Amino acid sequence: MQTSLIRKIIFDEKSRSLLVQTLVIGLFAVFIYLIVQQTAYNLEKRGISSGFDFLNMSAGYDISIRLIPFTSEDTHLRAYFVGLLNTLLIAICGCFLATILGFLVGIIRLSTNWLFRNIAYVYVEFTRNVPVLLQIILYYSILLHLPKTKQAIPIFENFFLSNRGLFSPSPIFKDGFSIVAWSFVLAIVFTFFLKKSLKKKQEVSGKQYPIFLINSAIIIFTPIFVYYIMGRPLDFELPVLKGFNFKGGMVIKPEFIGMLLGLSIYTAAFISETVRSGIISVSKGQREASQALGLKSNLVMRLIVIPQALRVIIPPLTSQYLNLTKNSSLGIAIGYADLVHGFGGISLNQTGRAIEIMLMVMLTYLTISLTISVFMNIYNKSVQFKGNA
Amino acid sequence: MSTEQVIQLDKVNKWYDDFHVLKDIDLIVEKGQKIVICGPSGSGKSTMIRCINRLEAHQNGTIIVHGTELTNDLKNIDIIRKNVGMVFQQFNLFPHLSVIDNISLAPIWVKKMPKGEAEEVAMAYLEKVKIPEQAQKFPGQLSGGQQQRVAIARSLAMNPDIMLFDEPTSALDPEMIKEVLDVMIQLAEEGMTMLVVTHEMGFAKTVADQMIFMDEGRIVEQAKPEDFFNNPKSDRTKLFLSQILNH
Ligand SMILES: Nc1ncnc2c1ncn2[C@@H]1O[C@H](COP(=O)(O)OP(=O)(O)OP(=O)(O)O)[C@@H](O)[C@H]1O
Ligand SMILES: [Mg+2]
Repeated sequence: MQTSLIRKIIFDEKSRSLLVQTLVIGLFAVFIYLIVQQTAYNLEKRGISSGFDFLNMSAGYDISIRLIPFTSEDTHLRAYFVGLLNTLLIAICGCFLATILGFLVGIIRLSTNWLFRNIAYVYVEFTRNVPVLLQIILYYSILLHLPKTKQAIPIFENFFLSNRGLFSPSPIFKDGFSIVAWSFVLAIVFTFFLKKSLKKKQEVSGKQYPIFLINSAIIIFTPIFVYYIMGRPLDFELPVLKGFNFKGGMVIKPEFIGMLLGLSIYTAAFISETVRSGIISVSKGQREASQALGLKSNLVMRLIVIPQALRVIIPPLTSQYLNLTKNSSLGIAIGYADLVHGFGGISLNQTGRAIEIMLMVMLTYLTISLTISVFMNIYNKSVQFKGNA
Repeated sequence: MSTEQVIQLDKVNKWYDDFHVLKDIDLIVEKGQKIVICGPSGSGKSTMIRCINRLEAHQNGTIIVHGTELTNDLKNIDIIRKNVGMVFQQFNLFPHLSVIDNISLAPIWVKKMPKGEAEEVAMAYLEKVKIPEQAQKFPGQLSGGQQQRVAIARSLAMNPDIMLFDEPTSALDPEMIKEVLDVMIQLAEEGMTMLVVTHEMGFAKTVADQMIFMDEGRIVEQAKPEDFFNNPKSDRTKLFLSQILNH
């Protein structure tokens, strides 16, 4: 009786896998417990204090690139947030640019134009086979070798590129600008409903509307219109060369531009391969069937090829976003003030709380990565096929 | 009764690089005719019917469908594709769309039909191929025979005058072949003009007005089914028939 119960637990498929999983988790918990205990003991013995009280102490260093105000009197915790925002800034801008560039290059690689196709090919093979760190340093060095501010290269009249970064006009918001901003938001909401109702209309009448064009026009022109009605409540402070430096405006630092170029050009090469293989993965038969039905080539792309290609593109695209985000920690090499550079570097050196700080930084990256994964997974589910096709 | 010529091929030639795949093809199809094409693998059967709706371009000779000549002119190609339906060996259903969306897609986007109306049309053709209950499923959830019947319904929904079939039952298990052939026989009885590449000789005997045998890029023999099966003229046809009928 007893042996048969044990037999049942060990040889039953379900209870057996449950047993194994419980054992593994249990062993892992014991392992972690032992490590934490030992570390705490070691730290105590050597008189090293631990804990997170340092977060409220004054940081004592400056951060040159910041989205929120920061001085050396501010706390380490604030330094953490400054770094976090910089990491998010480079990750978001990088993913955005890499996606656009990657899709473009991926489509060009399938073009029938020999020259374009091969330029894209060389670009991909070069950038994805050279370590991204070297590329970041290369772009940064090129930026540092631009002319001095006095001889800055003007771009579109009000932008100036120099070895200290890109000097650009800074916006000054006056009374009533919030109304312009709201009109922009409302325009987006409105187009969302308009899209729905036009689709309904198409379903009823069969007439096709250039929905994308109409909506783009609404989103672009509504705020411009409101802007003029409100008496142009937005000014730009232009950068003006005074002596050896620019006064007014704002400057986009070469560290940021270097990181952005390095990360997005590198990642775009991988994304373009993903996009190319996604489009190729849609079988020739799919295009032929659509053509035989009389669909024009732009509709074949939009209704048949792209929706099916996305299914293949999304999972590797997600991992490219994750790579880019994690690679942004390379900012430390050229002094881009991301999370690792300031909080994970200088704060760590000053306080000596390596374990606490690394834990915080790692958990932060983990959270960012998991957030990206969750959203991409939701999107991915929506583009998968039903059944075993 | 005067007969209307709906497809005319005159001295059509085609090459893949150096490979001469279609050699001086002459073919006339009259309205309502059913033509069955057979021949060994690689003889150019698929290539020939794919030239008729310009999935392949010919290099030499003329192809005229409903009085419209096939050239590089995209307008002409559009006109012809709207009138010519095609069914493929591999079905080529759109796996990301439900059955009903597969069928109503072209009426909506090509004919600019209201969605409700297009779905009614789609349902009518699903009834015709006898699987209305599968409307909401996805292609990956259907058997091969059901998929091919959806593919036929999808083509018919554009209301073509001519249907091209390229080995529509070759990818099917034996027990599903009949359900697809039955639909095709019904279509033939309704008077559709059909060009069918197939090795189903029973089907050919039932519906064909004309049999065509192709070999090495040429039409070797063209005859009425009685003559074709009983007194084939060319030795190659005889050999081919003996192989295919004995196996
Ligand atoms: N895209 C292509 N490029 C080069 N050669 C091709 C191409 N498509 C077909 N061919 C060749 O043209 C010849 C005719 O092909 P086709 O598909 O028309 O033959 P088929 O009679 O339909 O044969 P099957 O019964 O196997 O379907 C074959 O030898 C094939 O290898
Ligand atoms: Mg073939």
